[in-house]
Amino acid sequence: MVGLEHYLTVAAALFVIGIFGIFLNRKNVIVILMSIELMLLSVNINLVAFSSFLGDLVGQVFTMFVLTVAAAEAAIGLAILVSFFRTRGTIDVEDANVMKG
Amino acid sequence: MTGTDFNILLPEVALSIYAMAALLFGVYTTKDKAAGLITWVTAGVFLVLAFWIGANGEGARTAFGGMFNDDPFARYAKITILLSAAAVLVMSFDYMSRRDLARFEYPILVALSVVGMMMMVSAGDLMALYLGLELQSLALYVIAALRRDSAKSTEAGLKYFVLGALSSGLLLYGASLTYGYAGTTLFSGILSTLGGEIPLGLLFGLVFMLSGLAFKVSAAPFHMWTPDVYEGAPTPVTAFFATAPKVAAMALLARLAYDAFGAIPGDWQQVIAVMSLLSMFVGAIAAIGQRDLKRLMAYSSIAHMGYALLGLAAGTAAGVQAMLIYMAIYVTMNIGTFAFILSLERDGKPVTDIAALNMFVKREPMKAYAVLALMFSLAGVPPFVGFFAKFAVWQAALSAGLTWLVVASAVASAIGAFYYLRIVYFMFFGKDGETVESRMSAPQWIAFVAAALIMLVGAVNLFGIDPAAAVAAEALVR
Repeated sequence: MVGLEHYLTVAAALFVIGIFGIFLNRKNVIVILMSIELMLLSVNINLVAFSSFLGDLVGQVFTMFVLTVAAAEAAIGLAILVSFFRTRGTIDVEDANVMKG
Repeated sequence: MTGTDFNILLPEVALSIYAMAALLFGVYTTKDKAAGLITWVTAGVFLVLAFWIGANGEGARTAFGGMFNDDPFARYAKITILLSAAAVLVMSFDYMSRRDLARFEYPILVALSVVGMMMMVSAGDLMALYLGLELQSLALYVIAALRRDSAKSTEAGLKYFVLGALSSGLLLYGASLTYGYAGTTLFSGILSTLGGEIPLGLLFGLVFMLSGLAFKVSAAPFHMWTPDVYEGAPTPVTAFFATAPKVAAMALLARLAYDAFGAIPGDWQQVIAVMSLLSMFVGAIAAIGQRDLKRLMAYSSIAHMGYALLGLAAGTAAGVQAMLIYMAIYVTMNIGTFAFILSLERDGKPVTDIAALNMFVKREPMKAYAVLALMFSLAGVPPFVGFFAKFAVWQAALSAGLTWLVVASAVASAIGAFYYLRIVYFMFFGKDGETVESRMSAPQWIAFVAAALIMLVGAVNLFGIDPAAAVAAEALVR
């Protein structure tokens, strides 16, 4: 029987993978965008699991809002990434180092 | 019923409709040639809304089943946000048009982020909180990268986006846990479930949400984006970042702490006290080595957020009142200082190097004395208003028994005074070196001189914000 705690564990694991994806990733920014998406979607698993467990629809409504915002966020992130690429010619994380201190 | 709900929501609705209409107008007519017009109209709309909210508000009302609050606290924060956003818009237009930055999207994005901020300070539900926060943040990510052809500005936008999205993720994860363990997303509902044993999941939710919001107010240890974003973003955008969003995030933090978790103050007070302590010291110590005015202002804002959080950590109505006063004064000081930073240039190019201010008093004595007032006020030197802001916070924290934190913050403010005074030192006693010009447009000059005068004159009675903040704090802390 799959219970609430299984869903919460999966969501927590995905969330942590998302955070590590942002901090350990030295390759390129697209991976960071994917990690952000992973975090938001893990939250959605949480919300839907709680919603079903509590028998309360609010969690699913919340999920719809999160999905919408995640789409807008991805669009803006990619747009900023495109202008970053145009000025720099690369999207490597290590090259984002004009400012330090 | 829905009619009354929308009536309560009217300022936000009006502003978002205005933003969309302005966008259509800009796209269909002259594009960037309309930038000036849209900037002035947007600032005008902000002012009208601020007066409307100030004149119309009576008592506390809620809309949409408690999801949206209209109380003195929200009104105080909204008026501060609207006035500071209007001030930043009018004082930065001259800079933007001379630097080929006068895009018509800028005032519209500012208007949209202000809608988000108004939503944040009024939130009565986790969903309203999240949507307001995201509306604000998404608009801010874009304006950080406003100068698309500059490596610095796009990098600032990218860094702000990544860390901002991370913080939204943390906040959202906390919100999902809170929803799961409290069974509701309404703040009032969460408050009523807090009795007896607090489930661990709820505490995790609280901590995640606090750290997500700490990112937004740039409190240490979640401050690392601030210096880079402040330095990289165009200066008018930095001026905006340093003012209105900080007020909104701080107000949201207070609202979440009291409206949703007011029954367990001990649990969030210690988190906020630690963040406050770290912010004050990080802001004070890391700023010492800075040579760039914008980076310096970033660390300065981290330190100031530490003092504002100190008021919140007190956990009393007096503490919230002190925090609100602090934020209003902080915003005024920053508007004045940024009006000055915006005006600095050499051969038409903006200058943000501290050393460029060498012997500034010889060239522009009046401006030098006004900056002196602002710097002393930022440092918290007695006759200036900045001292009374700190004093209010200290008083509230002392009466709440946070003596150790007050002592630590006095030490931090003594360390922090060093870098503000160094700017003054450069201006009055520095060596004659490369010169810098200070060219101000009329609105910029007015903002600059008015802020500097308020630093002196405001000490008399703080222009009556004291009672307004008291009413606001009492609405929140019941």
